[in-house]
Amino acid sequence: MYGKGILKGMWVTLKHFVGTFVDDIKWLGRRYNNIKGIQYRSGKDVKGIFTIQYPEEKLPTPEEFRYIPFLVYDTKEDGTREERCTSCGICSKVCPPQCIWIEQTTDPKTGRPVPEPVEFYIDIDICMSCGYCAEYCPFDAIKMDHDYEMASYDRHASHIFNKGLLGKPVEYYAEIRPFNYEREEARRREKEAKKAAAVKAREERTAKTD
Amino acid sequence: MAEQTIAPPSELESQFPDAVHLDERKGHEGFQVSTEKLVEVATILRDNMGYDYLSSVTGVDYIEEDLMEVVYHFYKSTGGSALVLNVQVPRKNAVVPSLYHVFPGVDFQEREAWDLLGIKFEGHPDLRRILMWEGFDGHPLRKDWKEPFYDEDHKPFSNRWPNGEVFRSEDNNPFGKNVQYPKDLTKPEKWNPEAEDLLYAGLLDFQAEGKDLKTDYVIVNLGPQHPSTHGVFRMAVVLDGETIVSLKPVMGYLHRNHEKIGERNTYLHNMPFTDRLDYICSMTNNFGYALAVEKLLGKKALVPERAEYIRVIMSEMTRINNHVWAIGFLLNDLGAFFTPALYAMEERELILDIFEATAGSRMMCNYFRFGGVARDIPEDAFQKLKDLVYERLPRKVDELDIYLTENEIVGERCEGVGILSPEDAIAFSETGPVLRASGVPYDIRRADPYGIYDRFDFDVAVRYHGDCYDRYIIRMDEIRQSLRILQQAVRDIPDGPVLTKNPYNVRVPAGESYVRIEAPKGELGYYIVSDGTANPYRYHIRSPSFINLTALEKMCEGHKVADIVAILGSIDITLGDVDR
Repeated sequence: MYGKGILKGMWVTLKHFVGTFVDDIKWLGRRYNNIKGIQYRSGKDVKGIFTIQYPEEKLPTPEEFRYIPFLVYDTKEDGTREERCTSCGICSKVCPPQCIWIEQTTDPKTGRPVPEPVEFYIDIDICMSCGYCAEYCPFDAIKMDHDYEMASYDRHASHIFNKGLLGKPVEYYAEIRPFNYEREEARRREKEAKKAAAVKAREERTAKTD
Repeated sequence: MAEQTIAPPSELESQFPDAVHLDERKGHEGFQVSTEKLVEVATILRDNMGYDYLSSVTGVDYIEEDLMEVVYHFYKSTGGSALVLNVQVPRKNAVVPSLYHVFPGVDFQEREAWDLLGIKFEGHPDLRRILMWEGFDGHPLRKDWKEPFYDEDHKPFSNRWPNGEVFRSEDNNPFGKNVQYPKDLTKPEKWNPEAEDLLYAGLLDFQAEGKDLKTDYVIVNLGPQHPSTHGVFRMAVVLDGETIVSLKPVMGYLHRNHEKIGERNTYLHNMPFTDRLDYICSMTNNFGYALAVEKLLGKKALVPERAEYIRVIMSEMTRINNHVWAIGFLLNDLGAFFTPALYAMEERELILDIFEATAGSRMMCNYFRFGGVARDIPEDAFQKLKDLVYERLPRKVDELDIYLTENEIVGERCEGVGILSPEDAIAFSETGPVLRASGVPYDIRRADPYGIYDRFDFDVAVRYHGDCYDRYIIRMDEIRQSLRILQQAVRDIPDGPVLTKNPYNVRVPAGESYVRIEAPKGELGYYIVSDGTANPYRYHIRSPSFINLTALEKMCEGHKVADIVAILGSIDITLGDVDR
């Protein structure tokens, strides 16, 4: 029968259409604006429509999501920032579009480089969010952000981020990437323990020889 | 061709003692052929030796030796590895005989080599620029060609660190001054590109024949902005009433000279740039590039077992992702506006969720590294993957099948439209679903396996009519086969590391490598020449979308103008991949 295929197709669309409302009734209208509903709508069992009503509701970003790097700083006891960056320059070398500029600090007396940046710039118009800088940083000093709402009115003056704009506290990093943070902290603690053990062993050795 | 007449390629040297020599440069393979004998050798390869499939034509500029080289990669359509030929000509007078009349599939590739490297192909019937605009000055991939503004010849640029001399690139490269014109062109705004006339002149060779009434052919431009092209792509069509007499694709509107950028980049820098080729399937783009560099690195980049499985999982997910998208948009082109496309996109979204959780980005994945993948799949994402592979996707593919396959309108619009015979498909170097829908069961995962594809049990999908409908249905078949592979991979994946070493300054030994993979759209090849430095000397992409378009004219001839839309949709191109 001509038209049978079309009717079968229409049946599929009808099922999708009805599915949306059946879901709404099942969830008693609580399908929207809460995390459980959003997770259901991006899961395998969802039927019917699964649009997320941005910006009223937002998809939760997975931990590995990456968008524009930021510089991690620890807060000192007196409240000042202590950048983790040592201005080694690896991030600016691996950056594919070359959007990272780092000015190294030199000691005014000796003229030798000091491991902290005078300035650190990222042109966020050029950044392709590839995540290499975070991946290859040996000091866990630069990480990829989760904040994707960066639209602004003026790109000429405000889109080259400097050290001040790029800096974010380590607590923020721990919040957006808890697993990575834990892993890195564990590695750091292990390293420090090893170092302490080595120092202790040396002290004991020197004590013995004395 | 009878099996016993097939001679092994090693006989080439004895057959042409003066013209064919083994390429003895370090790290290179294949034969060097003199220009005079090239066409003859190619004909013998095709007719007597079974190498009937010319996959890739690549130009290389060896400026120090003052040579231009053209590299040809031949394959047998029955499977097996490549036979490489190259010809060398002086740079100043780079003229190579065209293989157009032996392998019509070289049409666009020779035009590309002319456009970007200035190698003339004698005997090519339509040697015009293809990617650059008509008034462009010079040939950009030549090593001595420089753009109006750039920092240095190779990355990393020295002003980035340690002095941090920050600037906005727009200030150094202001609009209006970022284009070079030929010296004799004084008033660019008044200039009428003669290539445009050439394009139309090429089309107007056809004479209308009206018996009673004198009629004229009409030239219609579809595009560059046309909804059916899914991007900026133009087709200049000669019409007899509504019937297509001839068609010429015009492309390059999205050209960004990926290869020049790639030769300026380091090896590692190129990985995220490959994402932007065919932006629907960034995972497979990564895969091909990683394999090509790993081939040069050899034992320095051994891929751990778990990473091999993850690579297969990711590329098969990409294939499903691409095919549901292609099917959805084919239906869009046929006039079923957006309902099928959105149903397809639902599944795509779920796949992209997994990519996002694993790679960090939905489309620009940048996930593969030399010797593995960037990171392991997180546990929750792996659970989602299992759910998709075992439960949701099989169900949804069946649903899509019920929804579309028997639809009478799809049948009317697609069956018998845009037929491509298997002989033509091979001659035009078609690849992927387009080739297999024409009855040639050629799948690189089987014909010339890479990665660990030889471990999986799957069938090579093939259909025999070669029309739009078969090109639609073969994508359904391939989704089902991909699901089979995925189910095996998810079941068998071992634990372990996913990356052994990940240095930021990769040193690649000198040599050349050509690696091709079965990307969702067809054969994706990477040709890399390394000179042992941190940056590739030559970096060329054989992109499936670009070369599959070679047969567009053949497929469209004799059909109605509305069928172009269906035929183009059934080839499934991505303009990022066509224009590079």
